[in-house]
Amino acid sequence: MANTYKLIEARTLNSNQTSITFSSIPQTYTDLLIKASTRNLASNSSGINIYLNSTTPGSQYKEVRIYGTGSATGSDTGNSTISISTQGGGGGYTANTFGNTEIYIPDYTSSNYKMVSADGVPENNATATLLMLTAGLRSNTAAVTSVILEAYESSFVSGSTFYLYGIKNS
Amino acid sequence: MAAGATYEPIATASGTGSSTTITFASIPQTYTDLVIIAANIDIQIDDMGARLNQDSGSNYSRTRIVGDSSGANSYRNSNLSKVYFGYKDNTAGTQTYGILNLMNYSNSTTYKTGIARYVTHSSGYGIMAEVYLWRSTAAITRIDIDSGNANFSTNCKFTLYGIAAA
Repeated sequence: MANTYKLIEARTLNSNQTSITFSSIPQTYTDLLIKASTRNLASNSSGINIYLNSTTPGSQYKEVRIYGTGSATGSDTGNSTISISTQGGGGGYTANTFGNTEIYIPDYTSSNYKMVSADGVPENNATATLLMLTAGLRSNTAAVTSVILEAYESSFVSGSTFYLYGIKNS
Repeated sequence: MAAGATYEPIATASGTGSSTTITFASIPQTYTDLVIIAANIDIQIDDMGARLNQDSGSNYSRTRIVGDSSGANSYRNSNLSKVYFGYKDNTAGTQTYGILNLMNYSNSTTYKTGIARYVTHSSGYGIMAEVYLWRSTAAITRIDIDSGNANFSTNCKFTLYGIAAA
């Protein structure tokens, strides 16, 4: 059986936490996939900042994001982080609801710049939500050995889960 | 535990620097769905897309959302000649990443629908997600990925995975 789509590491938070780190990532896969179920403590904004090998925001990171709120669409760009929304927009998040996020990092061991694709698919029992797709770039040729997921604001609540999978093409 | 045996690499391919086409032929009919991952697609590749069973007729349609710094947009097209899942990246040093999902590809009774996606950093089309339709009931046995213009370099990597429901 091929050694692909393998769970590398699982995390479930048992307390509120500002970030989690997948470190010492094996260099034996082709791509990385992260699936997360998260909720932020923040009342008016939420999301995950994605950092590769370093938590330092900076010009190496770029992002393009498109989103829908349930009544409108939009887009934006950023030049210091890669981020993805994980909860309904506009505040007033429905109690006990968590947002789902999928992050794909192709060819993470290569010496190319690193691309990141992220989908955030929250739902909110209110008038607004914020579904988002993100194209991320880190202009750095180093192989990815760690991934840091940081709460966009405040912290991830207890019960948030993070799963790191390795996708191998052989 | 993740899908394990149901996410099997079927074949891999890389560009050669002298061809505009990547071919996956004789695709096994033993899976439920297929996934193609296209990584490190070069800056010069313009409109990468997949032709199914060598059908270059106007038998493909799509509905997509795209976006960049200036806004998000949604539109649809009928009578296309392939499933587009890549676009030129106009930022030096970066590449495009594309993913093509082909659902229920081996059945011979329905038209084929699927989902395509790419991320890049191009003006106008920085990120894309779409649903597509191929108006054919034939089981998919071959996929040809066409660059749209330039040759695929040796840096371009493609993997075909099979997803089995059981």
